[in-house]
Amino acid sequence: MNKLGIRLKKKGSPYGVKVPENKLTAEKPIEQPPLPEKVIIPLHQNIGAPCEAVVKRGDKVLTGQKIGDSEKYVNAPVHATVSGEITGTATVVNPPTSQLIPALVITSDGKDEWVELEPPQEPERLSVKEILDRIRAAGLVGLGGAAFPTHVKLSPPKGKRIDTVILNGCECEPYITSDYRVMMEYGEKMLSGLSIVRKVLSPERVYIAIEDNKEDAIDHIEYLITAMGRKGDFKIIPLKSKYPMGAEKILTKLILNREVPIGGLPLDVGVVVHNVSTAKAIHDAVVEGKPFVERVVTVTGAVKHPKNLLVRFGTPIGSLIDYCGGIEGNANEVILGGPMMGFSQFDLDFPTVKGTNAVLVKEGRAIREQDCISCSKCIEVCPMSLMPTTLAKYAKAGMYDDCEQFYIADCFECGACAYACPANIPIVQYIKVAKKELAKRAAKK
Amino acid sequence: MTQARQFLVSPGPHLWKGLSVSKIMYLVVIALMFPTGAAIYFFGYHALSVIGMSVGVAVATEYVCKKIRGQAFIMDGSTIVTGLLLGLILPPTISLWMVVIGAIFSIAIVKEAFGGLGHNIFNPALGGRAFMSISFTAEMTTWIKPMGFGTDAVTTATPLGESFVWSADKLSLYQAMFLGNTAGSMGETSALLILIGGGLLLGLRIINWRIPAIYIGTVALMSLAFWQDPLFHILAGGLMIGAFFMATDYVTSPLTNRGKIIFAVGVGALTVTIRQLAGMPEGVCYSILFMNAITPLIDRYTKIKPYGLVKKAESVS
Repeated sequence: MNKLGIRLKKKGSPYGVKVPENKLTAEKPIEQPPLPEKVIIPLHQNIGAPCEAVVKRGDKVLTGQKIGDSEKYVNAPVHATVSGEITGTATVVNPPTSQLIPALVITSDGKDEWVELEPPQEPERLSVKEILDRIRAAGLVGLGGAAFPTHVKLSPPKGKRIDTVILNGCECEPYITSDYRVMMEYGEKMLSGLSIVRKVLSPERVYIAIEDNKEDAIDHIEYLITAMGRKGDFKIIPLKSKYPMGAEKILTKLILNREVPIGGLPLDVGVVVHNVSTAKAIHDAVVEGKPFVERVVTVTGAVKHPKNLLVRFGTPIGSLIDYCGGIEGNANEVILGGPMMGFSQFDLDFPTVKGTNAVLVKEGRAIREQDCISCSKCIEVCPMSLMPTTLAKYAKAGMYDDCEQFYIADCFECGACAYACPANIPIVQYIKVAKKELAKRAAKK
Repeated sequence: MTQARQFLVSPGPHLWKGLSVSKIMYLVVIALMFPTGAAIYFFGYHALSVIGMSVGVAVATEYVCKKIRGQAFIMDGSTIVTGLLLGLILPPTISLWMVVIGAIFSIAIVKEAFGGLGHNIFNPALGGRAFMSISFTAEMTTWIKPMGFGTDAVTTATPLGESFVWSADKLSLYQAMFLGNTAGSMGETSALLILIGGGLLLGLRIINWRIPAIYIGTVALMSLAFWQDPLFHILAGGLMIGAFFMATDYVTSPLTNRGKIIFAVGVGALTVTIRQLAGMPEGVCYSILFMNAITPLIDRYTKIKPYGLVKKAESVS
C-alpha cells in the first residue's frame, strides 16, 4: 500500500494550494448534543426541486416522519428530525444561492418518538429498485457539499456505463473532520453502504480515496476491508494532501486520468464519486430503514471546545456553538462549511441542513482589493487550468461573453486562486456573479 | 446565548495565503540589495547618491500623482523597486538632476499615466532609462572604470563597446565580468550578486524560472549563431539584471507559461540582434520594452487549454 502511495504521490496534482489544515477536532469522538427544543426544517435541501409541505401547522409529527416531498424525480424528501408539533413556518436564506426558502418549525416534545421504521433488510435480498426506493424515501443527498439526491446519482442515464466508483474520504477543506470521524467510528457501516453502491452500479473497480494526512483512517479502513474479506473488492488510494484534492473532477483525473468534460459530470466518463458520509447514510437508509435525520457536523474554530457532533437537521447553529462553549475572543464570522468554500452566515438561528458538514467560527478578514499585478499565481494554482485573473477582469467589466470564451463553466469555485492572490481580489465572487448573469441570459433565451 | 454580536459576512475563501503585493515588492527590494551593494562597492559615493536620489524622487512622484488622481497613496514597495532599478541601470557618472528627470518620467508617465501599478504597459524603470538615453545621449554613454570610494574616475569602454580592449587572458576577463569589476551601468556589472538576488527570488518562487532561463539561453544560442562567444554575451552589459529583474516584471510580462516562453525567446533574440546588427552596443533595454508592448498580444494567443476541453469535443463528434 505504501509503495502505491508513493507512486501516486509522484502522480499527485501540480495544481492546487497547500493550506494550513487546522484539524482541531481530529481526535474528538463524535458526540451527541441534547435534542434541540425547536428545529427549523427548510423544504429545499437538495440541488434539485424544492419540496412541498405534506403536514400543516398544529400537526403532531414523529421523528423520521416525512414532512415535505415532491413529484419531481430530482428531489429528496425532508423528514421531521424530532417528535413534536408543527408550530409555524419560517423563511431562511439558502447561503449558496441567496434564495429564500420556506421552512417548517417543529417544537420538540422532548420524547423523540420515532415513526415505525421499515424493517431492517439484508441488502443482498433487495433488488436494485428496492434499494433506490429506500434511499429516496430516506431523503438522502450527497454529503460532500453539493447535496445532489443520492438515488439520482445511483441511477445513471441509459447508455452511460459506470465502470468505476470512487469513495471520497479526502476531506481536503481545512478544519473539517466529520468525514474523518465517520471513517474512524462508522467504518463498517460506511463499507456496508459502499457495498450497496457496488451492487447498484456493478462497477469494475471501487476505489477509496483518502488524503495522506489521515494515515489513521487509511490504516483503519484497510484493516476493516481485510477483516471483512473484501480485499478484492475495494482498493484504498492514498493521495497527497493538497487543496482541492477532494473535488470529484480532480479525483477522476488523478486516479483514472480521465477529464470530465466542461459542464459535465463524472458519470460522463464512467465514474461516480460518493462521499464517505453518504456511504454511511446509505447503509442506515437501506439496511436499517432509517430516514435521514442527522449527520456529523464539525463545530470548530474560535469556540471554547471544538467538537464533532451528531446533529439533527434543523438545529440552529447558535445552539451548536453554545454547546461547544460559545464563541471565543473577537471572532466575528460564522461560516457554514469549511473556510475555503463555506458561506458566511449572519444569523445564528440558521438551521443545520443536510449539506452542512461544519460550522466554523473565526475572526473575519477585511478584504482590501488591489489591482491585479498579473503575477499569474492564480493560474499556477487553478486545478482546472483556467485563467482566474482573466475571468475576474472580464466579470468585473461585465463582459460575460468573454468569460465564456475563457471557460467559466469549468470553474467549481474552490477558491484556490483567491487564496493565493497577492492583490486580495475576491476572484471567486466575481466568477459567481458572472455565472449567475450568464444563467439569467440563458434562461431568457 | 451567543447572540447580540455583529457578524461579518464576506465572500469566500475565508483563508488567505498572506503573500501580499507589498510583501512581494519588499522581497524584490531585498533581492536588489545585492546588486545595489555591488554598485556602491564598485562605484562609490556617487552610486549611493544616484540610487538614493532615484528612489526618493520616485516615491515623491508617486505620492504627488496619487494625490492629483485622488487616490490613496500606499507604500506598497513597487515604487521603491522602480527607483532602485532605474538607479542601477544608469552610468556611474550621471548627473543627479538627470536622475531626477528620469525618475519623474518613470513614475509619472510610464506608470501612473497608464493607471498605476498593474496597468502600465512598459516597465517603468526601463521606460525612464530609454527616455534618458534619448535626452542625455552623451552622459548616458560615458563609462568609467570601477574605482570604489577612492581615486578619480577614468573613462573607458564597456565590454560591449567597440573600442573595448582586454590585454590579459580570457579567463581573467570572465572573472572580472562575473564579479563586476568592469565598466558599465552601476548595478549591472556584477553577475555574481545579481545571481544571488535573482536566486533568492527564484527560491522564494516570486519569479518564474522560465523567463530568466530562456532569455539567457536564447542569448547564448543566438550569440553562437552570430559566431560570437556566448559566455561573454551572457556576462556582458545589462543581460543579467534584465533577465532576473526586468523581464520578470509581473505586470509587463505574459500571464501563462507558454506566453512567458515566447516572451523570453523574443527578448533574447532581439537583444543579440540589436547588439550585433544595430548601431548600439547594448540591446537589453529596448528588447524588453519592445516585448512589453506586445505582451497583451501574446496573452491573447496563449490561452491555456482547460481541464475537460478535449473530451468535450470528442463526445460531441
